[in-house]
Amino acid sequence: MRRARLVAGSWRWFKRSGWLYAAWTLLSLVTLFPIYWMLLVSARTRLELFSEPTLVQKSFYAENYIRPLLRDIYGAYLGNSLLVATGNTLVVVVAAVLATYALSRYRVSGAQNIFFWAITNRMAPPAAFMLPLYLLYTRVIRVGDWSLFDTRIGLILAYSVFNLPFAIWLLKGIVDGIPKELDDAAMVDGASLFQVLTSIIVPLAAPGIAITALLSWIFAWNEYLFAATLTSSHARTITTGLAEFVTVVGTNWGEMAAMSVVATLPALVLLGLVQQYIISGLTFGAVRE
Amino acid sequence: MAVVSQGIRRERTAWGLLAPTLLILGFTGLLPFVYVLYVGFFDWNVFARVAQLTWAGVANYRQLVFDTDFLASLWRGIRFTLWAVAIEMVLGFALAHLLMKSFRGRGFFRAVHALPLTIAPIAVGATWRLMTLPGFGIVPYWLSRWGIDYNIGRDATQAFFTTVVMDVWHWTPFVTLTLLAGLNALPKEPFEQAQVDGAGPWYILRYLTLPLLRPVLLTALFLRIMDALRIVDEVWMLTGGGPGTATRYAGIHVWRVVFPKTDYGYGSAMSVLLLYFTIVLCWLLMTSITQARKEGAG
Repeated sequence: MRRARLVAGSWRWFKRSGWLYAAWTLLSLVTLFPIYWMLLVSARTRLELFSEPTLVQKSFYAENYIRPLLRDIYGAYLGNSLLVATGNTLVVVVAAVLATYALSRYRVSGAQNIFFWAITNRMAPPAAFMLPLYLLYTRVIRVGDWSLFDTRIGLILAYSVFNLPFAIWLLKGIVDGIPKELDDAAMVDGASLFQVLTSIIVPLAAPGIAITALLSWIFAWNEYLFAATLTSSHARTITTGLAEFVTVVGTNWGEMAAMSVVATLPALVLLGLVQQYIISGLTFGAVRE
Repeated sequence: MAVVSQGIRRERTAWGLLAPTLLILGFTGLLPFVYVLYVGFFDWNVFARVAQLTWAGVANYRQLVFDTDFLASLWRGIRFTLWAVAIEMVLGFALAHLLMKSFRGRGFFRAVHALPLTIAPIAVGATWRLMTLPGFGIVPYWLSRWGIDYNIGRDATQAFFTTVVMDVWHWTPFVTLTLLAGLNALPKEPFEQAQVDGAGPWYILRYLTLPLLRPVLLTALFLRIMDALRIVDEVWMLTGGGPGTATRYAGIHVWRVVFPKTDYGYGSAMSVLLLYFTIVLCWLLMTSITQARKEGAG
């Protein structure tokens, strides 16, 4: 009797929300599996990799991480990635805050066109910019032996082509949302433009600026194509290093997986910290009250 | 008089504020564009006998229009985009809907679902390569135990759909999260009213949710289309464009043709064409969203 009620109760529970959990659990497994597999492979020796694949791993072969990072060049690649992503974020955020303020508060003739043109840069395939940037960096802009090719500053500039429009796009809605009366009042009280920006706009837009900076950083960190074509050795980043594992003479799968983990971690941690704020920013201003 | 000079000063300040952006984008966006426009009219092959720019007129463009390799890669990329984006939109919408229900653990599932977005495309390609590589990965191993022959190094169709599945895995979360944000921002009253009036779920979906969500749906759709059309790194890492040319989408084609061959004049013409397509697509995106927003308001 009691058991029958329990079964009926569970069935009712399952009908109400159980299928939801079943669906989500299945989906989570599908989502997590490739990441899990990457971790597994990164912990395996060559011998383990080429024997029958199992789903559990008891030992951890740290050499996959240690060798490329400490003995090979991957430590330097990691440093380059950090410097380039951070440098690009700084440049992009400063320029974007100034630009969005201008687009939002002043009646600039042609502002709409500037905005549209900026976005086309973001949407353009990197393959279309790759060749001209490569030619500019190697052949056109050079002073004696120095050129922008294979420099970190060259990458920082190149990444702005997709990150700066994106930052302007995200920040525009946020700066538009700050009441104009606030900075007008400050101006009347004799505040300079610089003071208005630093004491009103930046603090009020801080959450939006933080998200913009974070996403810019991740995009720059993850970028591959520009880094692959605009560098050769000195300024290579971790993503280009990853592709270098695939060679004609074979691939070191364990190290490749380990470096994939390393390349994934920073973005994962950063995004985990601010996940809930990002969702609300993702409508790209398409929905307004 | 004073008003006029103040107006000029304000305009000047605005341009001053815009200056860093215009300088940077002018250098990284406009200058390359003008430069490829210029080089596109020349023959310039570094390995040629005479490695310098020689005037070629529209020859590069004429060649491009009849270049079957390029056109095939373009068409392949479009086919890939249609498959991937269609699946992502339907799946993303369904999942966003499910995630709108409040249930215990929703935050956890949301976070798990968003994970693939954080992974660098090149690492996504590497991971999928680790799983699907013939004779090594776990997927062919499992499938062979069920008697299915899965080899993306040999079978063009399998390779194509593996890239589609990878893209769906990587980018459906983006659609879900975007639509989730959109659903969250919808006004509550029409839905409550419909419920009071006894409207069924399909009626609500068809006549309330979809029309109200249209600007966000269009945004997600266009962003996905543009990103899928320009895909390079993940696919390059997973299949290397192969087998044969089965997964050689436009971006990969341009990259692989221009750089080893160093045919800069011809490559420039290709770049110009790609940029032109982008501008047209962007323009479509902007007008359709503005249109949808206007209709929503009016």
